Amino acid sequence: METMAAPLPAPTRQVEPDLAEEPTADVPWQAIVWNDPVNLMSYVTYVFQKLFGYPEPKATALMLDVHHKGKAAVSSGDKDKIEADVAKLHAAGLWATMQKT
Amino acid sequence: MNGWKKAGRGGKARLASTFDAQEAAVLRGLVDEVRQMLAGRSADNPADELAVLTGMRTGPSTRPDDRVLARLLPDFSTDDPDLSAGMRSLHEPELIETKDAAAARMLDTLPETGGRIELTPEQADAWLTALNDVRLALGTALDVSEDMPEDLPLDDPRAAHLGVYHWLTYVQDSLVQARMQVRG
Repeated sequence: METMAAPLPAPTRQVEPDLAEEPTADVPWQAIVWNDPVNLMSYVTYVFQKLFGYPEPKATALMLDVHHKGKAAVSSGDKDKIEADVAKLHAAGLWATMQKT
Repeated sequence: MNGWKKAGRGGKARLASTFDAQEAAVLRGLVDEVRQMLAGRSADNPADELAVLTGMRTGPSTRPDDRVLARLLPDFSTDDPDLSAGMRSLHEPELIETKDAAAARMLDTLPETGGRIELTPEQADAWLTALNDVRLALGTALDVSEDMPEDLPLDDPRAAHLGVYHWLTYVQDSLVQARMQVRG
């Protein structure tokens, strides 16, 4: 069996990333809502409208995604925003987590 | 209890329903039960002196062993235990306070003797949160699943409780429907 020879690492210089210049347009985190057998479809739709200001069609579409696919990404942004979003979703009783995209 | 209806218009719109004394007692009892569970979790993890001084209160980093509490206070990540631990420690005390405040607001607007209840939109939101927590607690304890039958066999010890759960579902769903008719 053929194996890939692991290339030797090239000598590198450690470069300190300049955090201030990191692109902020990236949306590296997402709030995920998971399907669960207790939360009502009507209530989940209402929570998406109330917490995120989504219009009803978008809130309904996201709720249906959660229901049929088992989960849906309901918001994205930097880590602080998503942390706050997940905390709000927990306060509303939804099963939510945060993940890097 | 015959469902919630919108009453009044514009800024004066209210959500109205009527509960008899027995219904009010059941609801109040369940809300109290959830409050006590959450208070027990807080009591196990009191704020230390430093947290009181700085106001930066941190909570436990581990998930509750009790599955009902674990559902009320979920992890922040499915696959990153360190992230879950850190986020729980930061957010759990406030999450418990938020849930307790919603439960207290609901009890404030639910007379022990029942009767007609009129809620402002903000009060209705507190009810929705507190009702949802009660349903999460009861649903978890009853192992509710999506394909669960409407009624369980009478010899199933969960049968009577499932009736209460379905009633709570009706109370909450009816309130959501009415709440969506009201702005604010």
